[in-house]
Parts: sequence; structure tokens; C-alpha cells
Amino acid sequence: MAANKSPDVLVIGAGSVGTPAALAMAEAGLRVLVLDRLPSVGQGSNKRAIGGLRATHSDPAKIRLCLRSLEVFAGWKERHGDEIEWHRGGYSYVAYRPEEERMLKGLLAVQKAGGLNIDWHDAPSLLSIIPDLNPEGLVGGTFSPDDGNASPLLAVHAFYRRARRLGAEFRFGERVTAVLTGGGRVRGVRTDKGEYAAPVVVNAAGPWAAEVAALAGMEVPVRPDSHEGGVTEAVARFLEPMVVDVRPAPGSANYYFYQHDTGQVLFCITPSPSVWGMDTRETSAFLPMVANRMVGIMPRLRNLRVRRTWRGLYPMTPDGFPIVGWDRALEGHLLAVGMCGQGFMLGPGLGELMCRMVLGKAGEQDQETLSYLSPYREFEGQEKLK
Amino acid sequence: MHRIERHPILPVPDRRRVAFTWKGLKLDALEGETLSSALFAAGVRTFGRHHKDGAAQGLFCANGQCSQCLVLADGFPVKSCMEFVREGVRVEPVEGLPELPRVDSRSAGLAAAKPIETVRVPVLVIGGGPAGLSAAIELGKRGVGTLVIDDKHRLGGKLVLQTHRFFGSIDAVFAGTRGIDIATRLENEVRSFPSVRVWLRSPALAVFSDRTVGVLAEGRRYVQVVPEVLLVTAGAREKNLAFPGNTLPGVYGAGAFQTLANRDLVKPTDRLFIVGGGNVGLIAGYHALQAGIAVVGLVEVMPECGGYKVHRDKLARLGVPIHTSHTVVSANGREAVESVTVAAVDGKFRPVKGTERSFDCDTLLIAVGLDPVNEFYDKAREFGLPAFAAGDSEEIAEASAAIFSGKIRGLEVARALGRDVGEISPDWYRTADILKSKPGATFAERTPEPETGVFPVIHCNQEIPCDPCTAVCPNDLIEMDKSDIRLLPSFVGEKAGKGCTGCEKCVAICPGLAITLVDYRKDREFPTVAIPFEFLKDALAVGDRVTVEDTDGNALGRVEVAAVKAIKANDRTVIVKVRAPRAFAKKIAGLRLQPPGTADPLPRYVERTADDTVICRCERVTAGEIRALIREGARDINEIKALTRASMGACGAKTCTPLLHRLFREEGVPEEEIVDQPKRPLFLEVPFGVFAGRDGEKDPHGRE
Repeated sequence: MAANKSPDVLVIGAGSVGTPAALAMAEAGLRVLVLDRLPSVGQGSNKRAIGGLRATHSDPAKIRLCLRSLEVFAGWKERHGDEIEWHRGGYSYVAYRPEEERMLKGLLAVQKAGGLNIDWHDAPSLLSIIPDLNPEGLVGGTFSPDDGNASPLLAVHAFYRRARRLGAEFRFGERVTAVLTGGGRVRGVRTDKGEYAAPVVVNAAGPWAAEVAALAGMEVPVRPDSHEGGVTEAVARFLEPMVVDVRPAPGSANYYFYQHDTGQVLFCITPSPSVWGMDTRETSAFLPMVANRMVGIMPRLRNLRVRRTWRGLYPMTPDGFPIVGWDRALEGHLLAVGMCGQGFMLGPGLGELMCRMVLGKAGEQDQETLSYLSPYREFEGQEKLK
Repeated sequence: MHRIERHPILPVPDRRRVAFTWKGLKLDALEGETLSSALFAAGVRTFGRHHKDGAAQGLFCANGQCSQCLVLADGFPVKSCMEFVREGVRVEPVEGLPELPRVDSRSAGLAAAKPIETVRVPVLVIGGGPAGLSAAIELGKRGVGTLVIDDKHRLGGKLVLQTHRFFGSIDAVFAGTRGIDIATRLENEVRSFPSVRVWLRSPALAVFSDRTVGVLAEGRRYVQVVPEVLLVTAGAREKNLAFPGNTLPGVYGAGAFQTLANRDLVKPTDRLFIVGGGNVGLIAGYHALQAGIAVVGLVEVMPECGGYKVHRDKLARLGVPIHTSHTVVSANGREAVESVTVAAVDGKFRPVKGTERSFDCDTLLIAVGLDPVNEFYDKAREFGLPAFAAGDSEEIAEASAAIFSGKIRGLEVARALGRDVGEISPDWYRTADILKSKPGATFAERTPEPETGVFPVIHCNQEIPCDPCTAVCPNDLIEMDKSDIRLLPSFVGEKAGKGCTGCEKCVAICPGLAITLVDYRKDREFPTVAIPFEFLKDALAVGDRVTVEDTDGNALGRVEVAAVKAIKANDRTVIVKVRAPRAFAKKIAGLRLQPPGTADPLPRYVERTADDTVICRCERVTAGEIRALIREGARDINEIKALTRASMGACGAKTCTPLLHRLFREEGVPEEEIVDQPKRPLFLEVPFGVFAGRDGEKDPHGRE
């Protein structure tokens, strides 16, 4: 992008969503400027994601977006050469109670209709896929073999580097302080360091989404809650899929873990009740809670050593689905917020969709996808596979 | 066997033999020693191969901090430096990624989880070394409930490695006593207080935002300690250097060496080379000589050694060449160190082409300084938990300073808890500052005029905090202005009509081995010179001819040994008497021990061409990879971490963080442009089973 030319699109947030969006737009020949308050790419929630990539969702919109994301992740190394540690290990939602069995089986029709490769496996069949799973009380589970995982850090850098090669500009350590408007439309932004004119401003600000939307005069129902995750030592491969257990337990809702390409196990748990706010300081409650559940479901993990833990933010919406769409009151103001902890897996598919929206090329299928994610929906219902 | 069978200072206890296997081979260990020491004693120093590039792995910190010494013990990956040998244990190298041990029966994992215990204490002390124990004593005296945790198998911290007599103040901090003995004294006192509890093998794992400290108690139970006040006395970790071959087995820290030699009585090397002329490197060289190890040389990048001159001098006198304004260029060898290449440096500390020399050695000690272990303190402060730090965790200094700062901090902690401790004397803070001080000015040696009678010659010419010599003279003839124990001592000739009796107490007490006694009474032309000697008594015999040297280590001539005396009250310091010509008798400060030729360079220098300067040894990330990113504009260490995995490894970025900063510095990036990576739990890797409250009762690691 020539320094003296203003961008076609200004993206706020160089994270899991903003970075692949900038890449898609740069690939389409748009001039893109990305601003981020942090010192380098992916330093907000991206680096705190554990790396799960699935199209196993309960709604057609996210299934569709994530199927496309999976294609991008799975083919990245071959197409572009960067190692992003993609591993096609699949996802398994396990059931130890009839409630989970019913719920998971109930989603299969929508999932299959959306084009997802997923099946129900009874206990013996699931144990052949995940031999170390605790068989006691195991009813069965779903397995979607085309899901997988990758390194959020490497992937976001790969997107960032390619976007830059294609002309996208990134500015770090710069905080947006105002969205400039005039004549009913967006004119650009002001930051703590300067002003940038742009006809389109994308809010991809993750946990700061509501704060940034307010600068444009819009109220979006996004508020972060915090989850803790961790990573272990590296051991030889013993586990293929991401294992997700959605049973509630005292203090927590679901938890999930998988073995990364490096041999390390990454894991995360959802506190219940939710811990709202921006606090990302480590708590003493996390490790005993998550360890107890993980060792219960996979006894062999008792021998695996935990290396490091951290805490990240899930920008949540009232119904657990993202908010993607144009601001009806302010032309050129595009929202891609409230990813509810799924920004990394949604990113590439969503970035391409946003690019088509900016180019005015969103097709019928896109419109259908967007109808699920509209900022103006009723926010009733509740995502089952959060 | 690579063991120290006899030692001039340390007792060599008779220990039971314990059989174990390495790669199926039956070996003997000694009861109560670590796997790493047992392997070193058997001559094994390559413990495995890295999964990334197959590089040989071996002992590095010997302190439970890094993960370089990983081995498989009965199938479980363990840090061999922290794990005691058990009878029959099968030890295997870690080749690539280890297999996750299976559980015997699935039900093993389902044993009812025990709830995680919470322990509330007024004071938690992390680290039972000189500072922590001294603080605990003050707290114990006042009946303050105190829990001292330490990751090792015994108390004392690094005092247990210190065979030399301590510097410092004889009034304040046991100066003149050997570190190993101070450890025992402090431990005995701490153990006498009912309000003080001690947990050994209990590393702190994290300070959490809810002001809870996670502790791996006694090696297997996870306990959440909730203190009212935290005192961090966790000591220091050794700094490191980046040069080709810097991760070869055989390159390790001076502290690691002292652990092997002085704690475990293992002779880990035959020929040692040292990088760094601070006290740590100088003392390590001295300890090596005491253990019967050849010290081939020492390089110091600055024009002068940074350590006490008395330490430098005694090493030089024993025959160790000290190459100042020199640096290490490479460690050479395929599987382990076979030689080292050094070179002179220019004004910017860069090696000068054409000055390279290589020396035959099997071990290269890195002694380039220490960094405080202060992460628990920083976290506690961040989270609003009242916290104090003492000893090296607060500021790197001598152990004598740690003892004194611990004592002060103990009182401050008691006061923070509302105890009336009265006023802490401003003199104490002044003493603490003096004990921490770096060496001051060096003066020309003042040789006494007379050549009759008997008197001491003080070869102590640099201002350092030390005063034991002033306390032992029966006629009080060695004086110092006690307002500042850094000042030089002087011999006053006579007092109240009484002069030197030739009792040799001053010769024996001086920690710097810097006092000799010249006796003209029998023979004015060939006076007898009494020289302190901390080696085996039978290393020298009457009638031997030895090279004697002046203070700095310059040879004066060859003279005959007249006597070798061990006096019980001298606490293992031997007095060697030589008869020397009057011309240089007063100049004699010591005698050469190492045979000539020990320190000769190889005929040709060895060039290491491999680009294997490793910055992150856990993840095997080279300086080249990181430099390339810095040159591309990376300033956020998080970005370098994301792209290279540098600092994502098992040690928790303890080892590479200072090296990363150094690389930025070398690339001309100012410190303020660098964004550091955050420090996160855990301090050490701990199995899920421990956090799940399903710890094994039998297994020391909570695993079955």
C-alpha cells in the first residue's frame, strides 16, 4: 500500500479474525490497513487459543465457515510453505450419560446436512479411536475425522506475513480512540498516534469489541469471560482427536484437550458460572479442577507433566453465536465480533466472507450464513457446542 | 569410577552401594545420591538425544531448574539431578520424545481424588538457603508461625557446596567458618524452634492471583499455601553464554560442578576450563583443584577478574593461568566437550582474529554471573500479597550478605505481621550494605621492614568485606578500623609490650589464604615461611622442592619444604613451612601445585564451523534464527517465541531470557524497545495426577 494512499479497508484488531480477514482482502487486491493496540500480531486472544479447529458446530453458518477454514488450514503448508503444525486428528464429543448422547445424536442431522463428516460411535468403536479413554460408563461419542488442530501462533503469523507480502499494512502499539464519521457513514479512525481515513472500518477487536463499537455509536452485546488453559511436556503421539466432555461438574462446564503436532497436550476448561471481565491473571482453582476431570476421563494423563498455564478471554454473546454484519446505522462499519472463543477456527472462512461483503459480492449462501450471525437477531436460544 | 575418594576438606562417608541399570548395563550408585551423580560417577555424561535435531543432551544446571538432564527411570521421564537412585531402578536415555507411561489398570486413575489441601501460615519462606534460614531463625525466636519450603533433599542451599572459609564479618555472619559448617549450624538452629516447619523436596510452583502459593509438597502432594506474608529467598540461577558448541554435554555452570564435586563427591572431569573470573568461577577452580582435577585455565573478558583478588591470586599461585581480556570462542567435540577455543578480545569484547588458542579439556564451566530467582516475589507483588525478598533473590552478593539480609528481613516480616521487634538498628542496614559490596580499591603490597623475629605478612591488598584475621591474634596485633570491615587489616608489631608469638592462627583463619608467617628466629638468612594450604596433607612431604610465588602468582624460586602440619584447631587448613632465602621470604604468598605443562595450549587451534550457538536449549533454537528475526524488525519477544518456540520449553524461559536480551543488545536494539514475554505458571513441570489429588503414595513423583 502506498503510504500516501488511504486504505480501502481499515481493520481494528490483528488477531485471529482481523489477520485472516486482512489477508483475504489483500488477496482480492484491496488496500488494507490493520491497527492493533498490542505490540505484535496475535497478542490478544489468538496466542491464548489452544488451537482446536473444527467444523463440528450445531448451526449451518458456523459449519459452513469452519469447513472453509479447515480447507485453508489443511492446505496451507502445501500452498504457501509455512509450517503451521496442522494435524488432522478429528474431534470427539464423548458421552458418559444419556443426556449427552441424546444431545449429540440430535445434532447429527444438521451437521451432516451442512456437509460435515461426522458419525456416532458406540463405546467399543470410540475406544478404538481413543484407546486411553476411560471405558467405565462410556456410552459413546461423535467423531468428526476431518477436524483437527494447528498452532494459532504460527498460523496467525503465516497469515500476517502473506498479507504483508500482498501489500497489507499493519501498525502495532496503536489504540483506536475514535471512529470518524460524517454523512451517515464511516470516514476513518483516530488513534493515540494519528488519524486514518478509510471508507470501511472493520471491528475485529475481540474482547474489546463492545468498547470499539461504542466509538462508532453502536452497542453490541459482547462481553468477555475468562477461561484458563495450559500445555504439557511433549511425549510421543498417543492421542489423535480433540476430546470434548460437555458434562457439567461443580465449578466447570465443558473441558477439552488434544495432543498437538509437537507432542504436547493442550487443554482448557470453561468455568461455571462464567467469570466475566478482562482479568487474565492466573488462578489457583484452575489446575486442580481441570486435572481432576482430565485424569478421570483419561487415567493415563495422570503421568503427563503440565508445563505452563495461562488465562484468556472469550468474547461472548448472549446466545453463543458470533456477530457478523454491517451496522445499519453507519455505512461502512462492519462487525466481526463475539466469536465466543472460536475466532481461530472461524477466522479464514469468515475473512473470505467479509472480503466478499466489502466487495459487494456476498452471494445467496453468504446471505444465509449472515442471517444466523446478524447483529440484529433476537439472541434467543443457546449454542450447544460452545 | 569417577569419584572423589579423598578430599582435604570434605569427609568421604562410607555409603551403601545401590545397584541400578543404565541401558541395561548394571552399575553401582551410592545410597542417597542423584541419578545424574551416579551416572557421572560411572563415566556417563550424555543422557539422551533431543527430539528436534538429535543433539546430545546432558547435565546443565544440576539444580532442578532446567530439563536438560532428563532420563527415563523405570519408564518415567525424570530430572536426573533431582531424583535419588533407588535399588534396581532401570535408567534409560531419552531418545527423542518419550512415551507417555501407561497406567496398569484403568481403575488406577479412578481412585477417589483427595481434595487439595490448603495450608494457612503467617509466613511462607521459599528457599532454605543462607537467607531463608537466617530469616526463619529470627521468626522462630519470636514464635512466628513459619513454613520453610525448599526443593532439595536437605537445607542449606548453596552453603552445602562451599568448602571454603567464609568472608564477611566474624561478628555478624560466621566469617572464617566454612560454608558447609554454617549450613549445619543454621539448620540446627532453625529446627529448634517449634513455630518453624520445614518441608524438603517441596518446590514452589506458582504464586496465583488469589494470593495462594502452589507447592509440590515433599515431592508428591499438591498443596495450596495461603501465607499472610511471603518471603522469597530462592537464591540465584547461573547466567549463560552463547557460543558455538554451548550445549555440548560437558558445558555447564560452576554451581553444577560444585554440586557434583562438593555435594556428591563425584569427580566429573579430569581437565577443566573455566569461563568467568568472578568469585563463582574462581572458587569453582579452587574446588576443582581440591578435588584433584586439573584446571587448564580460566578466561575473563575484562582486563581484571571481577572476583576478590585473594580468590584470583590463590588460583594463580596454584598454577592456573588466568587469561584476562579473553573470551571463549567455541566448545569443541561431537558428543561432548573435547577442547575449548579461546581468543583475546578487542575494546568491544569481540574476539581478535589470529589470537585463537585451543586447550585440551573435557569440561567447560560457565561462571559469568548470576541472576536473582525473583519471579515469585514479582508475582506476589503484582497480586498484592505482602512479600519480601532476601539474599540473592533480592540482590546477587556473597552468602555472607545473604545471611545478614535474611536476618534483617526476618525481623521486617515479623514487624509486618504486627510483632514488636523494636527498632532495627541502622547499623544493621549499613552492615548489610557493606557485606553486599563489590571489591574496592587494590593497593600495592606493604612488605614489613624488619627481618628479625617472627611476624605475619598480610598479602591482602584489596578492600573486601572481611575481618576474621582481626579476631584471632592472642595479642590483638592485627587491626582494622571496625567501622568498615572493607578496609585493609594491618599488623601493628606489638601492643603492651607483647609481640607476635608465631602461633599461626592468623595464617589458618584467613579465608583468602593471604597471610603467611615469616620466622627469622632460627636462621636469619633462611627464614621459615608458614603458608596456608587447603589440600591433602600428603600432597607434600618434607624435603620436597616446591616453586614458591608472590601474591599475584609470579614464581620467586624453588625452595625446600621444611614441615607439613595439620593442626586440629585449624579446621582442615594445613600449614606448610618452607625455608626460603631472605631475599624473597617475605614475598612468598603460596606455592605451585599443578605440574608445569598442565595448562599448555594445543599445537593448533580447533575451529568449530557448525552454526550451533543455541539460545533456547530446551527447544534447540539457534542464535542465527533469532538474529534473523531481530534484523527483520522483531522487537516483541512474544513474536520470536511464536515463530521459533524459543522460551516455550521445559525450563520456562529461565535459561534463554537473558540470552535473548543479550542478542538484542548485540544487534544494537535498545532495551526499551524490547517487549518481554510474560512469566506464567508453572515454575516446574508437574504431572496432572498430582493436581488431581491422585498422587501415588509410593512413587516420589506422584506417579504410578
